[in-house]
Amino acid sequence: MTSALKKADAVDRVSASKELGSLRSLDMAEVELRDVNATLQAAGKGENDNRWEVLNPRGSHAVAVGLDVPIEVTVKGSTGYYCAGMNKKATVHVEGSVGPGVAENMMSGTVIVEGDASQYAGATGHGGLLVIKGNASSRCGISMKGIDIVVHGNIGHMSAFMAQKGNLVVLGDAGGALGDSIYEARLFVRGSVASLGADCIEKEMRPEHLEILKDLLERAGADASPSEFKRYGSARKLYNFNIDHAGEY
Amino acid sequence: MCGIVGLFLKKDELRPRLGELLTDMLVTMTDRGPDSAGIAIYGDSADGIKFTVQSDTPKEDFAGLEEALRAAIDAPVSLKVLDTHAVITVAQATAATAEAFLEGRGLRIMGKGESMEIFKEVGLPQEVADRFGLRAMSGSHGIGHTRMATESAVTTLGAHPFSTAEDECIVHNGSLSNHNDMRRRLTKKGFVAKTENDTEVAACYVSSRIAEGANLREALEGALEDLDGFYTFVTGTKDGFGVVRDPIACKPAVMAETDDYVAFASEYRAFADLPGIENARVWEPEPATVYFWER
Repeated sequence: MTSALKKADAVDRVSASKELGSLRSLDMAEVELRDVNATLQAAGKGENDNRWEVLNPRGSHAVAVGLDVPIEVTVKGSTGYYCAGMNKKATVHVEGSVGPGVAENMMSGTVIVEGDASQYAGATGHGGLLVIKGNASSRCGISMKGIDIVVHGNIGHMSAFMAQKGNLVVLGDAGGALGDSIYEARLFVRGSVASLGADCIEKEMRPEHLEILKDLLERAGADASPSEFKRYGSARKLYNFNIDHAGEY
Repeated sequence: MCGIVGLFLKKDELRPRLGELLTDMLVTMTDRGPDSAGIAIYGDSADGIKFTVQSDTPKEDFAGLEEALRAAIDAPVSLKVLDTHAVITVAQATAATAEAFLEGRGLRIMGKGESMEIFKEVGLPQEVADRFGLRAMSGSHGIGHTRMATESAVTTLGAHPFSTAEDECIVHNGSLSNHNDMRRRLTKKGFVAKTENDTEVAACYVSSRIAEGANLREALEGALEDLDGFYTFVTGTKDGFGVVRDPIACKPAVMAETDDYVAFASEYRAFADLPGIENARVWEPEPATVYFWER
């Protein structure tokens, strides 16, 4: 890691904005992935080390994972599997597309993807905000546990499967079997829904939902009105134990 | 797991670089499949039919083969040896006799066609590419595979691509669940898979549909109906390049298109060195959707 820090220092650039601190670079053409992540994980504790950019990711897996400090990281290009996985407190901005499992198991913080996301974006996330400005493919928000996800484009099939908590907002269309076996997550879709999964139904949009939606759309930089969306959620017939069915077990 | 790559050139300018670009893509996918690798490349059309044959004992088997084949078919033969493989070209009229002769000598026919050549072996993708000199090859399109075997043995014949008809080939990431039933059905139709591998059954399926009059797009649409299991397939014909994923689509896939080419890979990493990739349209192919390009 020492060598990585030296290399990182060597390519430091001073930002025009002093309030935000200087921008420091990690070039993956020179620095190994493990050293990139170790450097980012150790950052945010000293002076001028809270703004970083990662250059030349070239589709690498596990870029900027396991961060637990409130730093800003910009990834200049597309990444592979599990980008910004397990994120806590940090803001990770990907100026490209991401492979499967972006922000999987995120705890808090913000992850913004300028391009598309592959399968299971935000899977099992406990908190924080994941914004995908392009499309997300299948299984977006699978087993989400409190994360908020805003997708500017479309999402693929089996999204929000077994989603337990949090909000999934889709400005475009949703693929088949949306919200299959869903628990208490809220799903908001502006476009069409190819089909709803088991125990997922359209629900009434009440004022408190419009408030949640308005806030999420603003924070995600999405130009859409809450009134254009429909809300979907659990019919609560699948996961609740029904005493009348006791004899069937 | 397995890694698959494909590159289909829309313009001739990149033809001399096809082998180089495809090899780099293939080697990048080593992590996904380090046990064997293979490539099918559509090069210059031969004046006749090219057979790519393989032998475990190439020194013995390829010595004197050209002369023996020439005598057997009483017609000109050209033969080019590349490690364990040899590419043998004969006139169309003598192809059937030549094929019977080659099989009679115990050689394994990996593929045949006017332009397609297939090279595959056990080993790391970089080693396999070096043995055959893949980087130096030119052509219009090609597909490649790095294998992590799951359902049949790690052997040369179990490596991909598979070819079961002239100028047709397929690579596969996934596993089929109805390949035994499909194998029996195809055998009855006369399309006999030579190995125990599930992907070869898929190759036979596509070949059978094309033989029945379907184009590659229709054959792949048929695969969505008739083949059960997990699959991302990338296929080649003399002039065409096709991609299809099963409806569940858990096997990864990404595509890139520019004015110059269409590229496929299991992961974006494989595209990082393609010319103009920063301005390419990059997307994930939809499940149960056939993508098809033709020259």
